[in-house]
Amino acid sequence: MRVLPPLLRRKPAVAVLMCVPLFALILGLVAYPFFHALFLATLNKAETAFVGLDNFTFLFGRQTFWMVVRQSLLFALVAVVFKALIGLAAAHAINTIPTKGQRKWRGMMLIPWVIPPALSTLGWWWLFEPTYSAINWGLTKFAMPAVPWLSDTFWARFSIILVNVWVGAPFFLIMYLAALKSIPGELYEAAEMDGAGPWQKFFFITLPMIRNIIAITTLFSIIVTLANFDIVRVLTQGGPLNTTHLFATYAFRVGIESGDIPLGASVSLFMFPMLAILAFIILRNVRRRAASLA
Amino acid sequence: MALTAGRTRRNVLKAIGASAAGALAAPYVKTAGSAGRLRLGVIDHWVPGTNEVLQRILARWGEANNVEVTIDFITTIGNKLLLTAQAESRASSGHDIYALEFHMVPMFKHRLVAVDEVVEDVIATHGPIADISRQAAFLDGAWRGGPAPAMNASAATVARRDLFLEHAGIDLTELFPASDARDPAKVDRWSWEAFSDAAAALHAADRPVGAAIAPVTDSSAWLAQLFASYGAAVVDERGDIAADSDAVREVLAYLTRLTEFMPDSVYAWDDASNNRWIISGAGSAIFNPPSAWAVAKRDNPDVAQHLWHCDAPRGPVGRFRAFNSVFWGIWDFSENQSAARDLLRYVAEPEVIVAMLEASQGYDLPLFRSHYDRTSVWAEAGPPAGGLYNYALRGDERTVTDGYPAPPEIAARISMQRIVPNLVARVTQGGDSFDDAISWAENELEGVLRG
Repeated sequence: MRVLPPLLRRKPAVAVLMCVPLFALILGLVAYPFFHALFLATLNKAETAFVGLDNFTFLFGRQTFWMVVRQSLLFALVAVVFKALIGLAAAHAINTIPTKGQRKWRGMMLIPWVIPPALSTLGWWWLFEPTYSAINWGLTKFAMPAVPWLSDTFWARFSIILVNVWVGAPFFLIMYLAALKSIPGELYEAAEMDGAGPWQKFFFITLPMIRNIIAITTLFSIIVTLANFDIVRVLTQGGPLNTTHLFATYAFRVGIESGDIPLGASVSLFMFPMLAILAFIILRNVRRRAASLA
Repeated sequence: MALTAGRTRRNVLKAIGASAAGALAAPYVKTAGSAGRLRLGVIDHWVPGTNEVLQRILARWGEANNVEVTIDFITTIGNKLLLTAQAESRASSGHDIYALEFHMVPMFKHRLVAVDEVVEDVIATHGPIADISRQAAFLDGAWRGGPAPAMNASAATVARRDLFLEHAGIDLTELFPASDARDPAKVDRWSWEAFSDAAAALHAADRPVGAAIAPVTDSSAWLAQLFASYGAAVVDERGDIAADSDAVREVLAYLTRLTEFMPDSVYAWDDASNNRWIISGAGSAIFNPPSAWAVAKRDNPDVAQHLWHCDAPRGPVGRFRAFNSVFWGIWDFSENQSAARDLLRYVAEPEVIVAMLEASQGYDLPLFRSHYDRTSVWAEAGPPAGGLYNYALRGDERTVTDGYPAPPEIAARISMQRIVPNLVARVTQGGDSFDDAISWAENELEGVLRG
């Protein structure tokens, strides 16, 4: 029987070795693009000279950029709140179904999340199409006025948020459902014996027990929602009047479509410090709660 | 080439294929550098059946010159053509020859090899190239692309002759007959003001005119011709911001009136919306190449038989039509630049141009005026007979591109950031004052002009 070399007989060495593929992936697909974007953001438009933070100071003087900042925050906040509420309600509803019948409901509810968003958004685009909207066709059949889903600034924002909620709510649902299933049933039984009603059980047992999951899910969703690209790209291309641009679509417009890659990189990096601070606060709270529970 | 009961689309394409094959048999002198492999990224044609003809032409050229030619047809929808170009130029990998719309040549000029000897030879043989095309591809003293045999197009006024006659009292076939027998006095009365009056009448008849005012190419094109005809520019030829002008205010005032007669959905239209709209029969006029007519002929012949291609309306300083010159550029990382140059020279041959013109049913406008007389496709295309005659530039129209008259690099960025459609929409949809909208545009233009 062959004997492993001494180095491989040491557990830490094996652990490091087995992590190498993961480190390589992170280095290649996360670290390198991030630092390359940082590098690009410090170059002039022709990418021939180092300009430090000039691209950022230039951005701060642009009206459209600040509109994009406000829109991105509005989009992320509204979408995440609705995704969280719908996900929580749906998780509760499914959790009340007997275990045997839950699987098909879980499967059906996950469909919007598992379809590639670019594809499902195309379906939504047909529903919202500016001239031949299928929804408007239905509305007018019932003598109701057609809605300018994509051509009016309010409705265009409403539409992209609606589609984002439709795509993202199942993620909250599945996370919350897993969390709900991890709560010991004895806690509810004890509460019932003490005379607690449904709302009391929800506020004093369910919510505290899934608080960490809520925090982590919300953090993850804010990051993904702020970085959303495909929904806006397919539905509105940032219009009308640039009122549906998010960081990613605006960075794409400025960087790729207009050929100003350094400025585009600066736009996309702008959200990084905000998300880093948010992630730090949320994860610190999660750690503290976990420590206190332990 | 009219499609009659006896001449099906299949027969026409066969005939075109045969003429393309004939073109390939024409004498052609290749350099010693041919052979090897060439990969082409060209634009997926809007007119059904045209890609196949181009593929056949290039395949035969490849066989004759011992070059393995592979072609990818890349759509312009969703800016895929531009995105692929960005990816290839940054990765220094991809096709050898790449199709570039007018605004893409300045964007990628640093990655395109000069093809002066090719283009100058073609010019020496076939006469001058259109000024607007020279402006797009002759950059810093060098040609950065050769004229493409396909997808050069203009945004003609495509109008329903029956509806204009019935509701606006304008006989478009009389104004723009399918011959050179125009009445200059009548043509002179075809102005943007007259167009607006017609739009009001057609709106009242529930058959409005429509044109996109959204972040898409079609918006930039028709607004470029309108702005130019009023002498309005957001950046002048020296590269200075010029948005705060009486001319810009005048055109914004005009658009405020005109958009009242357009559907609100124009603010969300994409590049295919106007086609769908006119083909469906809901609209009475759009600004477009003949692809809308070609598809209508297939999908809704009742509408197609009434579509008449006309000159653009005239403004206070003249009559302008948006023109998209397409060039085939050679990437500097191409490993077969010699064969690529030979191919660029070949696709500028009249036989190829005419074969493509007929395959595209007149869509592909040549960049050389001398080629106009080599085909009767615009006169014969139909139904309606002669409906495409004036798609080829016949009168006093000057050609223009988005961003005109700014230098090409700046014009390209104005175009891609959709500054003009947004400026217009801020007034006509958003209700901004002229001053506020112009102030916004100036702020955006500072970004366009930054070094």
